[in-house]
Amino acid sequence: MIDTFKARILDGKPLCICGGGSKDFYGNPPQGEILETKAYAGIVAYEPTELFITAKCGTTLAEIERTLAERGQCLAFEPPRFSADSTLGGVVAAGLSGPRRASAGSLRDYVLGVKIIDGEARELTFGGQVMKNVAGYDVARLIAGSLGTLGLITELSLKVLPRPVAEATLCFEMPPGKALEQLNRWAGQPLPIVASAWQDGVLSLKLAGARAAVEAAQQKLGAGGTAAEGFWDELRDQRLPFLATETLWRLSLPSVAPMLDLPGETLIEWGGAQRWLRSAAPADSIRAAAEKVGGSATAYRCDTGLKAQVGAFAPLPAPLLNLHRRVKAAFDPRGIFNPGRLYPDL
Amino acid sequence: MTRIHSHERDQDFSDVDRAALIAALSAVLPTNSLLADQEDLKPYECDGLSAYRRLPLAVVLPENEAQVVAVLQTCHRLGVPVVPRGAGTGLSGGVLPMEHGVVLSLAKMMHILKFDPLARTAVVQPGVRNLAITETAAPHGLYYAPDPSSQIACTIGGNVAENAGGVHCLKYGLTLHNVLRVRGVTMAGAIVECGNHALDAPGYDFLALMIGSEGLLAVVTEVTVKLVPKPEVARVIMASFDDVTKAGAAVAEIIAAGIIPAGLEMMDKSATAAVEPFVKAGYDLNAAAILLAESDGTPEEVAEEIAAMRAVLEKSGATDIRVSTSDAERLRFWAGRKAAFPAVGRISPDYYCMDGTIPRRRLAEMLTAIAQMEKKYDLRCANVFHAGDGNLHPLIMYDANVAGELERTEAFGTEILKLSVELGGTITGEHGVGFEKLGAMCVQFNSDELAVFHRLKAAFDPQGLLNPDKAVPTLHRCAEFGRMHVHQGDLKFPELERF
Repeated sequence: MIDTFKARILDGKPLCICGGGSKDFYGNPPQGEILETKAYAGIVAYEPTELFITAKCGTTLAEIERTLAERGQCLAFEPPRFSADSTLGGVVAAGLSGPRRASAGSLRDYVLGVKIIDGEARELTFGGQVMKNVAGYDVARLIAGSLGTLGLITELSLKVLPRPVAEATLCFEMPPGKALEQLNRWAGQPLPIVASAWQDGVLSLKLAGARAAVEAAQQKLGAGGTAAEGFWDELRDQRLPFLATETLWRLSLPSVAPMLDLPGETLIEWGGAQRWLRSAAPADSIRAAAEKVGGSATAYRCDTGLKAQVGAFAPLPAPLLNLHRRVKAAFDPRGIFNPGRLYPDL
Repeated sequence: MTRIHSHERDQDFSDVDRAALIAALSAVLPTNSLLADQEDLKPYECDGLSAYRRLPLAVVLPENEAQVVAVLQTCHRLGVPVVPRGAGTGLSGGVLPMEHGVVLSLAKMMHILKFDPLARTAVVQPGVRNLAITETAAPHGLYYAPDPSSQIACTIGGNVAENAGGVHCLKYGLTLHNVLRVRGVTMAGAIVECGNHALDAPGYDFLALMIGSEGLLAVVTEVTVKLVPKPEVARVIMASFDDVTKAGAAVAEIIAAGIIPAGLEMMDKSATAAVEPFVKAGYDLNAAAILLAESDGTPEEVAEEIAAMRAVLEKSGATDIRVSTSDAERLRFWAGRKAAFPAVGRISPDYYCMDGTIPRRRLAEMLTAIAQMEKKYDLRCANVFHAGDGNLHPLIMYDANVAGELERTEAFGTEILKLSVELGGTITGEHGVGFEKLGAMCVQFNSDELAVFHRLKAAFDPQGLLNPDKAVPTLHRCAEFGRMHVHQGDLKFPELERF
């Protein structure tokens, strides 16, 4: 299998790396010949007491999560499960994190090691299976979220954590400005709030942790309503009707940023730091509004025409774009992997 | 002067014109920000790893980012290597000066520029001390989580360069997990910002690349750190074991029980023997190993977790268990661990601290091997262990004034690091490669992987002028290192002045 991958790379034609094929919508439109990875699958090592799992890129997210659940563990960054076919390689390449991101950390925080094949068909290993490792640059975490543009990920090691003993959901009716203020105040207190979502006048909080901590927090925060069955899973997997829309922007903002003055509807997550926007406003005005408060806006779901026009991701300042080109060339000098998926000339 | 950086061999900077350099630097810096007299340079000859010393041509202490840019542009133009430096508490020779180069100290950039309690962020200059951030945040019930043992002195710029950890990083993460944004200047003088005040930024994760890059990619001029709420209560269990294997197994059992302690540390008998007379922490000197396991959170949560950990420890064969009953007692239990390095420094003229990480389940193998190495090299070694994350600090005790002891110590250390890699771990968990572990890097990475590191370096610094002989060995050096292993005991870097 590795030899097949290498042969395809040595062919020199642009490749579109494809795992489960569940995230074609994300980033700029895929280009190049399809290189399937899902047959290169299997869990290589799993040591619950060492808190890591190592698996080949084609292993499905579903299999990883099932295996971890058997030992009472989980991927704490809660990557969205877009389909039963989603592969670990695709999950890490996309770098997306779910509802617990603000409290548990991001996908990249949990990456411990990678094996990749670079643009010259060399097999390379960075990082490992241990929590602390500062030998050499942190290439494993650079690879996370690079949308497959730096190399073909063949194997991954991730940190895993115990599943929380207890969970509870509280809902409060409040306007968005008030919700943002409350979320930031609560985040500064030692409360076990692991996820939050505001939509349509209702703020939902997910509490998780030791039983005693969850119970104490419930008392402190007061009685609130409960969310609909399966709400957090639907949010995580982006199956909520709000998110299943034709044009959806993802705004990554400082948590204290006020509600942006943009037409459309907003769903707030991550204690205020992630805001989903359904808006027909021009891309320029959305990007400018996000940038003005110190964040950025991604054209998350939209028709390919618009994406081609405005780019999926916010443009980079010149010195940073320059460094992107050089880093890309350091791994993939012939520009074979997922050309244009992240930025037009990467 | 144009140089082409090559990853084949170390560069030769002996043609740097000292007089022209001093003149050019004095044109862009205030008088008191430039040191060039021999006695003024002396304090900068080494970091916390004092076995390696060199004097630079000059030390500059810029007061602001504009001066950092001016210094870098000047050195870039003249082809002079620059070694950025924080508080100099590092333990891997990462700020060892270049004989024909400049040391750029960030010590004067020591202001907290902005502290936002609602957003739980602080924007700080690189010379701000780690502990000063927590002190500023404390009145708001917040703190900066990474707490390396040197936190009273070490600075955030150095923490970013090394991806510093601490005794609480199993639960709260390393520098990488607690920094939102780094602003820096490349060798050519360009300002780059990695990350922002949101939780992610578009493009490649250069923040991950910058953190832990040991000052090879850019000079850090500003850092935004994330602050977290201080837990209401913390308590620590101290457990004694008559056997290190049982202590190691107990750590695995705690994790298997679904508990992530706020801190989980182990010390062997040599370490407690060194520490106890110095700190009087109340350690059990008869134990083969002691474990410190901390729980933090709400009072209810801590009570629940302490009871659960106590049960696991009893089942794992602990011979004695004590739980801190006050914060004073908790801090006393920790004081011994935090003072382990100076305590060893008190009983031995010199010591050499190793920093490998191993899969925890291989701990007994490693400690047995180290015991054999103590006999082989006729040197004592005390072991302190970040048990939760497998990061082992063997402290090899030696006397540099005794001929041959430093060389035996280096060979001892190299053998430990090689074994760390063989056991599935890494040569450095948190102290960095610096100058010290260049040889060991050749054990952990092959030439293709090292070449990737060199290409990444060249992406930021094509001339190879920023901290040039650190962190990533040239292929030439690896070839030399390979040869050296045939003649173990030979002097490793004969060009270096040693004491």
